[in-house]
Amino acid sequence: MPKRVLLGLFLACGLSAPALAQEPKTGGVINAVIQPEPPGLMLAMVQNGPVQMVSGNIFEGLLRYSPKLEPLPELAESWSVSEDAKTYTFKLKKGVTWHDGKPFTAADVLFSIEMLKQTHARARTNLAQVDKIETPDEHTVVFTLKQPFGPFLGIFEVGSMPMVPKHLYDGTDWKTNPYNNAPIGTGPFMFKEWQKGSFIRLVKNPNYHEKGKPYLDEVYWQIIPDAAARSVAYETGKVDVLPGGSVENFDVPRLSKLKDTCVTGAGWEFFSPLAWLWLNNRHGPLADKRVRQAIMYAIDRDFAKDVIWNGLGKVATGPSASTIKYYTDDVKKYPYDPAKAKALLKEAGYKGEKIRLLPLAYGETWQRWGEAVKQNLQDVGMTIETIATDVAGGNQKISEWDYDIAFTYLYQYGDPALGVGRNYISSNIAKGQVFNNVEGYSNPEIDKLFAEGAVATPDSKRKEIYEKAQKILVEDVPVAWMLELQFPTIMRCKVKNLITTGIGVNDGFKDAWLDK
Amino acid sequence: MLSFVAQRVLKGVIVLLAIVVLNFFLIRLAPGDPAIVMAGEAGASDQVFVKQLREKFGLDKPLPEQLFIYVKGVVTLDLGFSFRQQAPVAKLIGERLPATLLLTLTAFAISLTLGILFGTFAARFAGTFLDTAITVFALIFYAMPIFWVALMGILLFSVTMDWLPSFGYETVGANLTGLAHSVDVAKHLIMPAMTLGLFFMATYTRMTRASMLEVKRLDFVKTARAKGLSDAVIQRRHVLRNALLPVVTLAGVHSGTLIGGAVITETVFAWPGIGRLMYDALLQRDYNLLLGVFVICSAMVLTFNLITDLVYRLVDPRIEYAA
Repeated sequence: MPKRVLLGLFLACGLSAPALAQEPKTGGVINAVIQPEPPGLMLAMVQNGPVQMVSGNIFEGLLRYSPKLEPLPELAESWSVSEDAKTYTFKLKKGVTWHDGKPFTAADVLFSIEMLKQTHARARTNLAQVDKIETPDEHTVVFTLKQPFGPFLGIFEVGSMPMVPKHLYDGTDWKTNPYNNAPIGTGPFMFKEWQKGSFIRLVKNPNYHEKGKPYLDEVYWQIIPDAAARSVAYETGKVDVLPGGSVENFDVPRLSKLKDTCVTGAGWEFFSPLAWLWLNNRHGPLADKRVRQAIMYAIDRDFAKDVIWNGLGKVATGPSASTIKYYTDDVKKYPYDPAKAKALLKEAGYKGEKIRLLPLAYGETWQRWGEAVKQNLQDVGMTIETIATDVAGGNQKISEWDYDIAFTYLYQYGDPALGVGRNYISSNIAKGQVFNNVEGYSNPEIDKLFAEGAVATPDSKRKEIYEKAQKILVEDVPVAWMLELQFPTIMRCKVKNLITTGIGVNDGFKDAWLDK
Repeated sequence: MLSFVAQRVLKGVIVLLAIVVLNFFLIRLAPGDPAIVMAGEAGASDQVFVKQLREKFGLDKPLPEQLFIYVKGVVTLDLGFSFRQQAPVAKLIGERLPATLLLTLTAFAISLTLGILFGTFAARFAGTFLDTAITVFALIFYAMPIFWVALMGILLFSVTMDWLPSFGYETVGANLTGLAHSVDVAKHLIMPAMTLGLFFMATYTRMTRASMLEVKRLDFVKTARAKGLSDAVIQRRHVLRNALLPVVTLAGVHSGTLIGGAVITETVFAWPGIGRLMYDALLQRDYNLLLGVFVICSAMVLTFNLITDLVYRLVDPRIEYAA
């Protein structure tokens, strides 16, 4: 049986989740891997992946999101939108307390937003359309927008907008606040202990506002820096959960076959990580659209998926992942076609000029992918020089536009206005920064479409706008889209209900239980 | 002797300051900007955010001013603040230093003890099968990369035989105390300490063997033999003692290299020491933390070298503490 089919079966096995029908059992401890070690646990101050993964248990947002990205209640029990789509009213859940026993109120929401505007770049962008925020009573928060903002209900998950205790942060120096390393949230688990370099220990919040939850007594996040050692830790039974991306992809099939092991690709719908090659549109051969199109034809993306990523993921069709809103596959297609690539290169007058390729220094899988792409491009006659850097060095080169082709992958946050447009609009061309429009693509029509799409109503209008934008972008190839990545979570089958939302492990272990 | 130590400490402080200044510039020569690393990790990057981060790191100030602030801090024993980890550098290093000291000193003891022992046997039985076997054994561990020995150790002793834990400093969640805790830590220590120790053992074995064979040929050994001393006494009291000087020198030099080796060992075995702290700080361009670890490592190397000089005197009383 081909490896990818076998893996598909494992994934399907994991997704079938027969545990859903079972009555949750209380008690028990889960050991999960976290890598790299979080720099801190104060989600409002630092927002990298590991921080979100641990702190998603301690802090909460106003909403959660289903795998289909529909909003679900968390600290807000209900919400309503005015007819003109400019006023959003959230009713907060009553009886919620911080881990230190103080009540959670609308004042905390107001303070959190003011703080996040200064400490959380993505939150600041997300809140740009907010005109004012009012708190008519302790359990009501009213957001009034300058104009309708389509994705507004999609910005309230814990990683995008964590709630911060006003009584502990107001009037203090946030960056040196002692609670940054011993955080107080409203979440299902409380911070207990952090042995730096070894583990982070969270314990059950006995006063959690959802009765009966969480089911587990404790969660240990074990810090194991080496990917091979993380695999061994799972194999030898020292850890129960390997969140997506914890081990090298080539280890996934082997670990999947271990006894009592379940694997799921679910829990990444909100992030929808999409891998692509930045193509420096500014100068040299890549300034010519035909060369960029040739690159799309020259790269065997099915090979990358099947061999390098062990069958995980999906070949990308364009700037939007298929899991986010307004995706369309009714766009120009770029199958693997070296002959067509060669013809396009010839037509563009490419004469073998040297192209610098920056692989992503995220481990072995990415290095191998870099080699495969180099070979594909050389096969159609391109001269490729690989530039080896670490992550920091690579980011600097990209941010200073000192590259020709560079690997990356970015999250899409469920809506084109939040996670897609930022990479293609010309107002986001700014030297010295990463993850904006570093390719230097500029198209007034695209600028206009993304500007309109964010504020358009009704939904059908947004759909129309974003579908048009996708068609234009796929024709222009400002970047070369590769794969919709899948980072499978590997766990013991006795761990039930670990992933219940579109945010996956980052949403905390509040629904998880152990079938002992 | 006291004035010798005082002078060496003074010289050490000057060397340390020179190292601080040199490192300050060296790490800034490496491509990569801490603000961009952090902005990248946050999954967002706008001008305001990057500017804020630069201000937080103090990176918006001119380089000489940054250096002045840093050196002033070091002189007053303030190693600065790691904004990435949101904690004082001294606290971060303090949390990790005991684990590194335990690992490196154990590895150091293993390498030195086994190295001298094997080297002595090899010299005593030079040209025999035992000599060849010891040399080959030592060279195998010297030739193999540390990470490879570490991974093979994990595969054999953790995965296949299930004798030793594969990672960490202690059994997480076991809440052991007293002797049980010490035994638990010792079990976790065996593989990383042996991995690191066996690598350095090879050089001590080779050095002891070569040095002993050289000393053996000297006239005073012949005299001792002519005096009718037993072979064991000659080997121990005359040959080994005189042969140890180059080994002690090498041990002093190795004190720095050991910490370098600890970076890899600590990473593979998830040992929570400063080697890993340094590695993470380097990848994240956490300048203050990186400089802080360099300062501590340099101070450790200088201390080891001072100890080496003092040990010289013990090994060979003819050496005087020249100012």
